[in-house]
Amino acid sequence: MATTPILDRREFLKKTSTGATALVIGFYLPGKYEALAGTPPKDPTSVNAWVQIAPDDSVTILIDKSEMGQGISTALAMVLAEELDLNWKKINTLFAPAAPQYFNPIFGLQGTGGSSSVRGSWEPLAKAGAAAREMLTAAAAKRWNVEASACHTENSGVVQTATGKRIGYGALVDEAAKMSVPVAAKRKDAKDYKIIGKPTKRIDSPEKVTGKATFGIDVRRPGMLHAVVARCPVIGGRVQSFDAAKARALRGVKNVVQISTGVAVVADNTWSAMEGRNALQITWDEGPNAKVSSDSIRKLYHEQAEKPGAIARKDGDATASLAAAAKKIEAIYEVPFLAHATMEPMNCTADVRADSCTIIAPTQFQTFVQMTGAKLTGLKPEQVRVETTYLGGGFGRRAEQDFIVEAVQLSKMLNAPVQVTWSREDDMQHDFYRPAVLVKLEAGMDGSGKPQAFQCRVVAPSIMSRFFPGSLKNGIDESSVEGLSTLKYDIPNFFVDYVLTESGIPVGFWRSVGCSHNGYIAECFVDEMAKAAGKDPVEFRRGILQTNARMRGVVELAAEKAAWSKPLPAGRYRGIAVVESFGTYVAQVAEISIDRKAKTLRVHRVVAAVDCGRYVNPETIRSQIEGSIVYGLTAALKGEITITGGRVDQSNFNDYDMVRMNETPLVEVYLTQSNEGPGGIGEPGTPPIAPAVCNAIFAATGKPVRRLPIRPEDLA
Amino acid sequence: MPITFTLNGEHKTVDVDPQMPLLWVLRDTLNMTGTKFGCGMALCGACTVHINGEAARSCITPISSVADKKITTIEGLSADGSHPVQKAWIEEDVPQCGYCQSGQIMSAVALLAKKSSPTDADIDDAMSGNICRCGTYQRIRKAIHRAAGQPAAR
Repeated sequence: MATTPILDRREFLKKTSTGATALVIGFYLPGKYEALAGTPPKDPTSVNAWVQIAPDDSVTILIDKSEMGQGISTALAMVLAEELDLNWKKINTLFAPAAPQYFNPIFGLQGTGGSSSVRGSWEPLAKAGAAAREMLTAAAAKRWNVEASACHTENSGVVQTATGKRIGYGALVDEAAKMSVPVAAKRKDAKDYKIIGKPTKRIDSPEKVTGKATFGIDVRRPGMLHAVVARCPVIGGRVQSFDAAKARALRGVKNVVQISTGVAVVADNTWSAMEGRNALQITWDEGPNAKVSSDSIRKLYHEQAEKPGAIARKDGDATASLAAAAKKIEAIYEVPFLAHATMEPMNCTADVRADSCTIIAPTQFQTFVQMTGAKLTGLKPEQVRVETTYLGGGFGRRAEQDFIVEAVQLSKMLNAPVQVTWSREDDMQHDFYRPAVLVKLEAGMDGSGKPQAFQCRVVAPSIMSRFFPGSLKNGIDESSVEGLSTLKYDIPNFFVDYVLTESGIPVGFWRSVGCSHNGYIAECFVDEMAKAAGKDPVEFRRGILQTNARMRGVVELAAEKAAWSKPLPAGRYRGIAVVESFGTYVAQVAEISIDRKAKTLRVHRVVAAVDCGRYVNPETIRSQIEGSIVYGLTAALKGEITITGGRVDQSNFNDYDMVRMNETPLVEVYLTQSNEGPGGIGEPGTPPIAPAVCNAIFAATGKPVRRLPIRPEDLA
Repeated sequence: MPITFTLNGEHKTVDVDPQMPLLWVLRDTLNMTGTKFGCGMALCGACTVHINGEAARSCITPISSVADKKITTIEGLSADGSHPVQKAWIEEDVPQCGYCQSGQIMSAVALLAKKSSPTDADIDDAMSGNICRCGTYQRIRKAIHRAAGQPAAR
């Protein structure tokens, strides 16, 4: 019998409550948060459960990431199912608990974000699946007394190739679990893939079209109370005093208590809690931000743009090159704060007992939730159980802990399970916003119109200073400058500096983060450069993408599929933009029409070319690009959070509206075929749409759009 | 005073504040969480149900106003996801996060009950009250045409 190198002999056998045996196979990477989140495994090669196989061969796959629409529960299941040769029709998924075994290899903690789920987990999951397949094969081979090489696997069973005899995984798993874990199991060749790479329907659709899928806000537990919290409408303000008499008198209201974020009304149903909150009388200490306004912030940013910043990138000598340039252009670009506006508002359910804490939430960052629970209850992290539900949208908002803190505090105070629900107004006015940013740019071209210098100053707050304290190196928050500091055009003299500017407004990760603003700014400015050079925007980009073939490739593919060189009917215009983010290149051509008298705009069609390297599910790629275009288009056309007297002006979808069915463009997605390492896909479709549309407006009117959202005067 | 109505074919009686919106009676009193809360102001469509066959926003419908009426929620469309609109949603791989989809489906079913062969303009009119933050509109449109037995108009 051929032997594969083994680690050591271990027996991992665990019967679950349903009678399925957990085949404990997996992959573990130690991370710096392990000591905080639970007992660190004693052996760094120790294994963990990804797959539970029932006697009838049905398989439960544990998903360690948060499903917020980006399709990872399907994609990750596909990876395991491929290597393990599972019967795709007999699979279901469960979300994994919080444990060091499930740390995201890219983050070093358990969390979903940065478009990292598939590209971080593909290799480890495939290795785990391949190892499990070898162990199951070895168990069958032993039972038949044949060589493992005389067997193959298919449809959740091992087959003796010569005779067709089959034993299902369910019957083998107990024996297989006793086998040694192969350290270098043989992976499938890509040419043999039956599942990976094929368009595959989402596993979670049946639950989501029947109302059966459980989101955080749908969690129900015996004895659970509902709470809503009154928070100071001025950002950073606090409760000074309150009178709860009227609130307590309302039907359904059980209690009114103050917590760290405000005054909580607790009731036996959500609506009574909301009515109770409306009946509270609260005096606020408005705090340090009562004079902050959009105007004061804009003024501050313009002042800050005159100060030198921390250097994020320095190639060559941009100052000298600009001084010698035949043609120079300069511009200031500005973008506003944006809300996340997930369809499911923030919420969390917590059940705190003397010796345990269970937190059930639509969270993106399980490790942080566990740490929050431990910190607030005094329990050890391993006593804090985190159950992740489906997320009704995430976009980075649900990485935060604010809504978790409220539920844990209340459950601890009230000795009961408590669900805290945020109203749409709460959600919109107490967000961690996509930052408002100002960028001052200059570019210099030589006599033939070729760009020689690109210089820019980014004025922006710092998300990472709050989220990962101590993570800034040399004063640079990469999430503020990415998209400019990482710009891949062939421009020899390139300078980016960063003036970190806080204004009191809380900021956080918003789908595509720094590229959401810097992608727009870079690509609109590149179109201004193209015009100054007298060149077509596609030709101009091709000329400065000689080095980066992948970026040039998507520009050419999008231009080809959009028939860029063919004239458009009268009144229609095109714009192109290309942005690399999270390891993926996306170029988009937007086709618009403008009514310059009425000052209205219609986006008819978007052609997207995507190079994300190897992919698991092409259907996921398409749907993510389609969806992230709508997300970015909403921001470009309508998105603006404004501040008056330290208060967010917007409150609901009447004054912070979304692109709807009647405004949505037709999106066509073209994928490159490549063997490059996988890039992310949850976010990269968002950055290019705003500049593609603005560049089309530029083509129509001759005026660049240097502020978002697009305003009627931009269309005149 | 208790209020009686029919929910997905069953008689229900609830004793709650008569002003409590139908949405919260469904979600909190009856634990029928398929109908979703998105805005509380009839701006987003996540709470869409049918009242006597018409699409309605349950977040602004006081329970007292549905006394003796017939309510259908997402749970009542089929026992097993076999409603033609649900099947079309699966064929077109529509949902992403899925939170808005109960409301989208209820609006689509109401549209098709009125217009069995909707144009794209009909779809715009009937469906623009339902926000999808994940941006699945293009697939929703295709799924409605599919459920209507039409080729996609675009």
